[in-house]
Amino acid sequence: MEGILKELEDIVGRRYVSASPEEKYIYSRDQGLQEPHDPDAVVLPGSTEEVQAVIRLANRERVPVVPMGGGLVLSGLTIPQKGGIVLDMKRMNRIIEVNETSRYAVVEGGVSQGVLKAYLERRHPGLKHSLPDAPPVATIAGNVAIHGSGHLSQSEGGFHSEMVTGLEAVLPTGEAVRLGSCSTVPGWFSRAPLPDLAGLFLGWNGTTGIITKIGIKLFPKPKMEDILVYMTGSVDILPDLIYRITGTEMAEDMVAAISPKPDWLRGFPILLITVTANSEEEMAMKVGIIRESVRHYYQTMESGFMPVPPYMKSQFLGAPLKDLSKFADVMKGGGFEYVGSIMPVEKLPGACSAGLDIAEKHRVTCSMGARVIGRGHCMMFFNAYAFNRADEDNMARSALALEETNRATLELGGIPWKAEAPGQQDILRKMEPGTIQLMNRIRSLLDPNGIMNPGNWEAR
Amino acid sequence: MEYQELLHRCFRCGWCKLPLNFVDINCPAYMTYRFESFSPGGRLWLIRAWLQGDVEMSDRFREIIFSCATCKNCVEACALPKIKDNLVDIVIAARNEIVQTGKLPGPVRDYLMRVYDTGNPYGKPQADRLRWTDGLDVPLYRDQEFLLFIGDVGAFDESGMEMARNVAKALQLAGVSFGIMGEEEISDGNDVYALGEKDLFKHLAERLMKGFGDRGVKKIIALSPHSYNAFKNYYAAAGGKIDVLHFSHLLALKLSNINGGTLQARVTFHDPCYLGRWNNDYNACRSVLGGIRGIELAEMERNRANSLCCGGGGGNFFTAMLGSGPDSPSRHRVREALDTGADILAVACPICRKMLEDAVKDESAEDSIRVRDIAGIVLEAAGAWH
Amino acid sequence: MEILNFKPELCAACATVDCLMKCQYIDIDLEHAREESLRISRGEDSEVLRKCVTCYACEEYCPFGNHPFYRIVDLQEQLDLLPAPRPLAESQVRMMAPRGTISKKPVSFPLVDLCAFPMLKGGIRGSLFSGVSVIDGMDIFCNLMFLHFARSSVIRERLPQITKSISSCYLEEDATREVICYHDECYGTYTSWAPAYGVDVPFRPVHLFQYLHERLLHLKDKIKPLNLTVAYQRPCSARLIPEMEHYVDDIFSLIGVKRAERRYDRGSALCCGGVMEAQQRFELAAENQEKNIADMKQCGATHAVFNCPFCFYTLMGKTMKEGITPVLMVDLCHMALGE
Repeated sequence: MEGILKELEDIVGRRYVSASPEEKYIYSRDQGLQEPHDPDAVVLPGSTEEVQAVIRLANRERVPVVPMGGGLVLSGLTIPQKGGIVLDMKRMNRIIEVNETSRYAVVEGGVSQGVLKAYLERRHPGLKHSLPDAPPVATIAGNVAIHGSGHLSQSEGGFHSEMVTGLEAVLPTGEAVRLGSCSTVPGWFSRAPLPDLAGLFLGWNGTTGIITKIGIKLFPKPKMEDILVYMTGSVDILPDLIYRITGTEMAEDMVAAISPKPDWLRGFPILLITVTANSEEEMAMKVGIIRESVRHYYQTMESGFMPVPPYMKSQFLGAPLKDLSKFADVMKGGGFEYVGSIMPVEKLPGACSAGLDIAEKHRVTCSMGARVIGRGHCMMFFNAYAFNRADEDNMARSALALEETNRATLELGGIPWKAEAPGQQDILRKMEPGTIQLMNRIRSLLDPNGIMNPGNWEAR
Repeated sequence: MEYQELLHRCFRCGWCKLPLNFVDINCPAYMTYRFESFSPGGRLWLIRAWLQGDVEMSDRFREIIFSCATCKNCVEACALPKIKDNLVDIVIAARNEIVQTGKLPGPVRDYLMRVYDTGNPYGKPQADRLRWTDGLDVPLYRDQEFLLFIGDVGAFDESGMEMARNVAKALQLAGVSFGIMGEEEISDGNDVYALGEKDLFKHLAERLMKGFGDRGVKKIIALSPHSYNAFKNYYAAAGGKIDVLHFSHLLALKLSNINGGTLQARVTFHDPCYLGRWNNDYNACRSVLGGIRGIELAEMERNRANSLCCGGGGGNFFTAMLGSGPDSPSRHRVREALDTGADILAVACPICRKMLEDAVKDESAEDSIRVRDIAGIVLEAAGAWH
Repeated sequence: MEILNFKPELCAACATVDCLMKCQYIDIDLEHAREESLRISRGEDSEVLRKCVTCYACEEYCPFGNHPFYRIVDLQEQLDLLPAPRPLAESQVRMMAPRGTISKKPVSFPLVDLCAFPMLKGGIRGSLFSGVSVIDGMDIFCNLMFLHFARSSVIRERLPQITKSISSCYLEEDATREVICYHDECYGTYTSWAPAYGVDVPFRPVHLFQYLHERLLHLKDKIKPLNLTVAYQRPCSARLIPEMEHYVDDIFSLIGVKRAERRYDRGSALCCGGVMEAQQRFELAAENQEKNIADMKQCGATHAVFNCPFCFYTLMGKTMKEGITPVLMVDLCHMALGE
């Protein structure tokens, strides 16, 4: 490894390579509960060409390469399990193009959610992109690569990976490829009608290549937004509430929250419904239609809409929400990790009850909830465990709870999202052998030396 | 270590890297180095790792700790209410720990030694503190209403001296009664404190307090926001009762005393961290600029609480850890100022002035924009520009 | 156990049934009203229990002070006829529960009770409030809001301890001490609800308006008449204490403010709609809000004056949209003093 440091420095510049213990320490771990593992070097590339050169070098030397965006996945996907080079992509932070009429943006692989949001607010105030519930330094490409979802996933077409209009990626052998319309004509407007190769880089946890540029859909940004909070006494009616409200097509975002804290919320699951509009009249109409869709529920007085005073609305509106990061301090200890499960909406009550059992068994604090994806086509159900970084016992119990939640999710008929390496093995054990074989064939074809983020999706 | 109990509560979520409006990276050290280890969260995690014995003290570690510009963007942006207020205090506490070990980065050690030996970080004779007054009639403090505290950069740096002259002239024009300490002035200790040398700071503060007391000083005008911060927040905490204003406060109050003046210019104002985020004053300088006919104020995308530090805070002006490369904060800041189409980049701190003047040269932008302190702008508008 | 001092014979002998005949939300003829009133007085189910929007007004309308509204709420609870969804009520009961963290604290007098509204502290300033102490928090929250949720039991359960806490922690159990109640709701609790249920109030409640009036008289020379026409949004809890109503006029006349002749003021005041939203009566809430705003506009008011923070938060956005400035009574008084 010593020998190639100099070569890495020649590629990206001396300032942007480190093999110091300090960088090794920070890049050996994330905020979650997975075991740390040191990289041999951390490299900050500034261009596609530099990424290519690093990959070629890594192939020559058979050194693992782990691409990293914001480094906020929490489940250890950017921890270099077998050492090698961590490629921190955030120097590639240029916003290349915004097509206002066709509503898409083309950005480099290290552009963050916050920076794109700010850019659109200044230069294209009528447009927005779907923001995940991550801090603003999470990257667009990193989030897409793990099938992230966000505040427009309910109303605007599902997972963020479904909003991708084109990709430039560096293959594990060093070639740069373009996928989607940008491979054939100048625009980055669509993946159709070509063979859809973008899927080779979506959901693979960085094992098939490195996204260096990405086209992403933008959406109209209405002038006003409001929040409705529907409170229930039981999780059992949530799937039907979601079904009815998504059926109106009037809500922008919908998130269910089942939280033990604060105390007044314990036992009262709520549904947060964001509504946007361009006028008072439109807002009143949309809110009216949503209320009407669940009238027969609230008329029983066993559930209903909670009045939200203006000073409370700001806690729920806007993205990304800073308050979500505060969850890390619930145990006064700077940590949380969650199992996000992609599952059908009707599984919500079962997932809640399993979650409560697991939290009780391991004596951990668990907040649960779900973001509705699409018109209720599925949801991202989350069991979030806050832990105290200074309390090893608490961390160990949280880790056990996470593992058990992964397994419970699969039992329930859901699939853990961005699962930790052991969670990936749980998934692979349930996967059809034919699917596994196909994944293996694709990987060995793309990455003959097995350098890309080894330890992930390692199907045996 | 002080604040040790807070270290594990940082989640390293990264809100601290950006300003509140997310425009771009706003942490000077992270902006320059781009490794997670140089972000506020990375720094906190590494301090904890060091205290736990997981990483050793090294030159790189010291570089990480001493490259923080103490600009407080992280304090503004942090998502965790229970730790956010202390983020910079934690870094200063870690520096203090390193000071105790006696092994400091060369430039930090040299800075502190010179202050210790000569009372100023330039290692120059104290007599030179009066050089900036050449050709001006600036009296020593006797019983005037205010003591004008010049500070090290105003007294010794060529650019700072020009600013000191501008401030003195503008205050005179506004009819403010003031005197200076001259050769008896020493470092205010603000950046010594920021570098974690709390004993030296205490020594400086005691000497200065005595100097103020001996002269019967009641009210001080600080040229530098750094001095202003030290007197306002640290000296007061040490029992010193000082009524201190930044020169911009006086100019804002007395601008109407300066008759007339027009300056046809598009001006963008760079908030100094030690006036803005440290002391929540975003209005005095803008009110001075807004009071001059012809000035069109154009804000940079990062302004007020979102302002980008020039990179000179926390001792970095002297230790130069953030350098002057294209990724340095001052270069970024000048490019941002150019984006506003302004003719003048207005500053209110001698450190910002020098940092940004150099960056304008490095960006080869001398023909597009000039850096002016707001006292200089007042003089220029009043036709009293030398 | 605290029991409502309610006399069925008064209702039986009542000729006018004002409680229902004057109700703005239940359309009913006299004969029908008498029937329903008798049912209620006998403790039986009545359609009124379902139609009631809990606006408190019948407490004011009853010529005998027989507490028709408190009676209705007691019955709603007994018969489990919820005016608002159960989870909302239950979560509010928990959210507003005493924390048990109150302790003895030296205070200076006058003493202002901000109840559960610490966000209003900013208004307690200037010469109007020089030298006052402020107390607030869940341990001294009057809990009267649970009248809107058919939860008399919560008030009955909590209030005795709350009055005791105030007395022992702040007043050295001196029953002659005065406590200035910021919110009409607290004053109503201590002077109307507590006596009706036989709960002891070991101090002397003073209504904010009475205090403001006295202070303004004292500061008369400093007052610069505001010369404004304002719409006063009378809150539901004012219905419990009509004897305080004249202070609104007294204060307005001192500070040079004209109380616009609204259709919906005084005895005909109309609910802000906030509680109706909690009760899932959305159309009615919107209708009330529209009527209130249109009425404010029509009477030429430039400002809408509130004392109840809940009314204020409910209507502030809508008044502003119509160019009417929402302002709290205390802030209006500060304005008159140029503070």
